[in-house]
Amino acid sequence: MPEPNGATSGPVRVSVANDRDEIERTAAAILVKLEARGYSKASIFAIKLAFEEAITNAFKHGHRALEADPPVSVDYEIDDDEVLIAIEDRGPGFDVKEVPDPTLDENLTVPSGRGLMLIRSYMTEVRHNKAGNRVEMIYRKPANSAK
Amino acid sequence: MAEAESRLRINTEAGVTRVEFIDRNILDEANIQAIGDEINGLITVADDPRLLISFRNVDHLSSAALGTLITINNRIREKGGQLRLADIDAQIYEVFVITRLNRLFEIHETTEKAAESFG
Repeated sequence: MPEPNGATSGPVRVSVANDRDEIERTAAAILVKLEARGYSKASIFAIKLAFEEAITNAFKHGHRALEADPPVSVDYEIDDDEVLIAIEDRGPGFDVKEVPDPTLDENLTVPSGRGLMLIRSYMTEVRHNKAGNRVEMIYRKPANSAK
Repeated sequence: MAEAESRLRINTEAGVTRVEFIDRNILDEANIQAIGDEINGLITVADDPRLLISFRNVDHLSSAALGTLITINNRIREKGGQLRLADIDAQIYEVFVITRLNRLFEIHETTEKAAESFG
């Protein structure tokens, strides 16, 4: 289906290296489609935040044990009411249950560990594959579209 | 080797070091590291660090940036200093609320109110 700005819809898969310019180009490509489909400022803020946190996690934690730092796969599909973004790294994966709750009093002064909880807070649904090296994030536009 | 360009505007008024970000997005790991190093340098040279960080120009910040703020706060407390945050956009303030960091940091609506709050 054509979009107002001429961007094409349908699923997109890109390979993204651990390079700031490349990450920003991918984020910009997603944001253009969100704007074209009328997502609000608050929705775009939420989706951008989740994308940034997930891709940072992929390189920083997912690839921690790897000697090289290969690109990650980013899949995204943007419809009028729903956005899917999936990020898959090449690392061995992790157990999401092992991630401590950063909002507990004893963890408030710990500088790390907030990325995943922010993703969960801002996205409608978050799934991980069994290996723990792929995260799928779904955002559904609120019914009143005020957010 | 040329010194890296600062990502901060820094000035001192009435014994309070005011820091403002140049970038609208505080997302890049390397930049966050550089910002942390620069602010840590300010804390190191102060006997009684009194730091006011303004988010006036900031549209987005990552959890890594929050981590750096926590490290800065920990170091300031170790030295018996004081940290204030101010001018935080409503969407970013929500990030502080979700992470409960609004309970860790002393956050003021404006830079002026934050400046007046130093003891």
